[in-house]
Parts: sequence; structure tokens; C-alpha cells
Amino acid sequence: MASLSEFIGALGRYDFLQSALITAIMVGVMSGIIGSFIILRGMSLMGDAISHAVLPGVAVAYMFGFNLLIGASVFGILAALLIGFVASHSKIKTDTSIGVVFSAFYALGFILISMVESSTNLHHILFGNILAVSDNDIMTTAVVLGIVIMFVVTFYKELLVISFDETFGRTYGLPVQVFHYALMLVLTLVTVSALQTVGIILVVAMLITPAATAFLWTNNLKVMLVLASILGAISASVGLYLSYTLNWASGPAIVLVAATMFLTSFIVSPKQAFLKWPSKKAVK
Amino acid sequence: MLTVEKLTVAYDDTPVFADVAVNFNASKITGIIGPNGAGKSTLIKAILGLIKPKTGTVLYQDQPIKAVQKQIAYVEQRKDLDLTFPIDVFDLVVTGTYGKLGLFKSPGKKEKAAAKAALSQVSLSEFAHRQISQLSGGQLQRVFVARAIVQEADVIILDEPFVGIDLQSETAIMAILKAWRDAGKTIIVIHHDLNKVTSYFDDLVILNHGIIDYGPTADVYNATNIERAFSADLSSVLFEKGGVQ
Repeated sequence: MASLSEFIGALGRYDFLQSALITAIMVGVMSGIIGSFIILRGMSLMGDAISHAVLPGVAVAYMFGFNLLIGASVFGILAALLIGFVASHSKIKTDTSIGVVFSAFYALGFILISMVESSTNLHHILFGNILAVSDNDIMTTAVVLGIVIMFVVTFYKELLVISFDETFGRTYGLPVQVFHYALMLVLTLVTVSALQTVGIILVVAMLITPAATAFLWTNNLKVMLVLASILGAISASVGLYLSYTLNWASGPAIVLVAATMFLTSFIVSPKQAFLKWPSKKAVK
Repeated sequence: MLTVEKLTVAYDDTPVFADVAVNFNASKITGIIGPNGAGKSTLIKAILGLIKPKTGTVLYQDQPIKAVQKQIAYVEQRKDLDLTFPIDVFDLVVTGTYGKLGLFKSPGKKEKAAAKAALSQVSLSEFAHRQISQLSGGQLQRVFVARAIVQEADVIILDEPFVGIDLQSETAIMAILKAWRDAGKTIIVIHHDLNKVTSYFDDLVILNHGIIDYGPTADVYNATNIERAFSADLSSVLFEKGGVQ
């Protein structure tokens, strides 16, 4: 196993590795932030669904040569709207509606991708290909990170209310549906950015695991957002290091680092109280 | 005055109640009583605009409720909330200022001072930085009343505020309702404990899939109405000394 100094040396020598690290960290930060709202709203399954539902958008974007973000956003939002529509216009429960819609989108995406010739590699879309990040990709990721931070800073109050007490928001006239779909749109953008780092299949892990770990350590939403983004960034960089030195696939390496941090927190965090701390009373 | 006219609400075509007409007066604490499933929560949710009625209008001082939404505060039933949410008592109370702040504004000194004052009014100042799951049911209910205080609303609607809480919290909340009333506000309380009806409420709405009767408590809280809304047995227990045989 190459040492850390070798990894740092390689970072200096290879531009592709630098790009990979920068992108991975940005993706870690944005998924930690948006993931926090996703888990607090009890929407982990929705996060998974949206991340899979963007696949046909990715395929269509490849086919016609336009920006991935646009194709993916269209299908991500379409899926969110369709899930909401089916759930509210039938007796079917939301989780069922999510299952039906996202698997259909995912299947459609598979077929479309297989119709796209040559350069696109399904394997890379599914599992990520962080080492092939272009300058253009870095720019796009930076723009999405900017959007995520602006969105959350600007609408922090509203996001807190729709996550904690939606009914209260509706009684004072907050358009909760608008904020719900805005959050879904931003989630879609994050998903597409994370495609390259961890791939479609593991996007949900980047969204949920660092946020869940942060949740175990704090009772303050702002602290949770910052902590989740730091944990996301750490997962991304340590995962990339492992990927480089052990020749592991980058996506699974990053996700395993995040999961390890979660496991550790699960055992030792005072909020979880899995290990009884003698001096403090259990929080739960 | 809050006026409800010809209000009909149905879930999947099964009407909960039809053509309900009732007035809620300012400077009064109005209780809404009725058996389980009588449509009490449905009525206030329709008033608040949380569910869309089939027909009917709700007016506050002759204006449609949508136009005066920020003048109405709602203390919902606590059971629907996620108590593990990373928020402390103080920040929860501050959310009460969000409605009037509007978009793009963050709570500042004024809002925080209001939250602090409201917490002291419900005697929970020392709990300001507790996470909300670390409170008793009664303390938590007082926190939600504190949130309603900072909303500075003219109409306050509470859904079963006294369920499962300690006597001290109940007394504290009742004192605040009375202070609101004396300040000229309209207070509407869904209530289930018939024993306290006469001491708590100035006006009463008796409901059972429609209005049985409404008006000053002294006028409408009688054996006939309770029998019609609940049952003959309950009516005789409450109104005939010695109760049923």
C-alpha cells in the first residue's frame, strides 16, 4: 500500500488526480448538505429514487450531445412530479409510488444507454469514474456546489420548516410544495454531479451516510449541515486515496469510508448511547 | 369575528359534515366539543385552509382566510411531529416569527428577544437549549404555545392542547389563553374533557357531523345537547346528580 506521502506526491504530478480530488471533495460537501434535509424529511428512499431516475436523462443527453445536467434535471423533476402525482391521486402509498416510478425510469435509462454507441460506458455511469474528470466537469461541479450553498443559505428557514413541521408552514402560507420540488431539483443536480464520483448506484450512500453520521453527533441543524459536509469531504478524499493506492473502484471506496465513520459513530456517539456513557444521561 | 358559512367537507365523497355555519367571537375562548370522529379536527383544518372544503367560505373580519393567514396561529397535536429533529426549544419558538418575516429575511435581535420573552411567559427559560425530545409532554405543549405567542396572531386555534399533559402545564396554558382573550383575541380550542367545559370556555360549539348547537357555554351546555352529541348515558352522568343507576 502506497503511503500518504506518495499519494500527495502523485497529486502534485498528475493533473487527473488533482481534478479527481477537487471534484470528489465538492461532491462530498454538497451531498452532505442536501442529504441532511433528505434524511430529516424521511425521504431516503426518494433520494435513491431520484438518483436512479436521472439515468434516461443522462442517456438522452449523450445521444443529442447536450449538457448532462439538463437532461438529468428534466428526468429527475419529472420523476419527482410523477411520484407525487401517483401518490396523491390514488390510494397507493408514497413508497410504492416511488418504487414503481423509479424502477420504470431506471429500466428506460438502461435501454436508452445501450442504444448510445461507443464512448459512453454504462459501467462508469453506474459506478463512477472519478479519474476521468475533465476541466469542464470541475466547473460544472463547482457551479452546482454554488447553487446548493446559495439555496440552503437563502432558504434555510423555509427548509427547516418543511423538514420539521410542514403543517405549521402551510398554516402561515408557506408554499411547501414549491419548496419540496425546489429541493428535488437541487437533489437532482447533486445526483448528476455525484454520478462521476460514485456512480448512480452509490449516490444515495453519499447523500445519506455522512448526514446520518452527523445526525448522531448534534442536536443543531446548522451544526449538522456543516458536519455532514465535512464528513462527506473526508469520505471523498480518504476514499480516493484508498482507490488510488489499492486500485479499488473509487465509488465503493468512498462509500465504505463513509460507512466506517457511520459505524464508529453508531457505537461511540453519546446521542446513540449504544455504549453507555457513565456521566451523561441517555438523550433518547 | 371569524365566520364559517355553508362549510361542507368530505373525504373521498364521504361527507364529514355538510353546510356548517358557525361564528367565533373575539375576546372569547370558544371550546369545540364532540365525540371522537365528530369532525372537530376536520373543522379547524378546513378553517385553517389545510384541507380544501367542497363548498363554503371562512371569513375573518369579512376577509377570506387566505388573505389573513398570518393573523392565525395553530397549535397542532404533538403526536404528528418528529421529536428527534435536531432543533432546540429556543429555535423552535423562533420559527413562530418566520411567517411575518417572509422570505429572504433571517430572524434578528427583535425576533430572538420575542422568543426569549415567550419562553419566560411559559416558564421554560431554563430549557431554552434543550433538544425537544428531552421535554415532558406538558413542557413541549408549552413550547408550542410559546411559538404561538411570538406569531402575534389575532386568532389562535389549538387542537386538544391538554391531552396527556401535567396539571401545572395545563394551568399555565389556560392562563395564557385567558390573557389572550383579555387582549381581544379569538381563541378556539378543541377539547375532550367535558368536566372542565364550564370553567374553561366562554362559548361552546357542540359538534357531531354537523353543528348540534353553539353559543355562550351557559346557554348551550345542557343535557339535551350533550345527549344529542354524545349519548343519553353521558348526559345523565353529567347533568343529573347521582348519575346513572
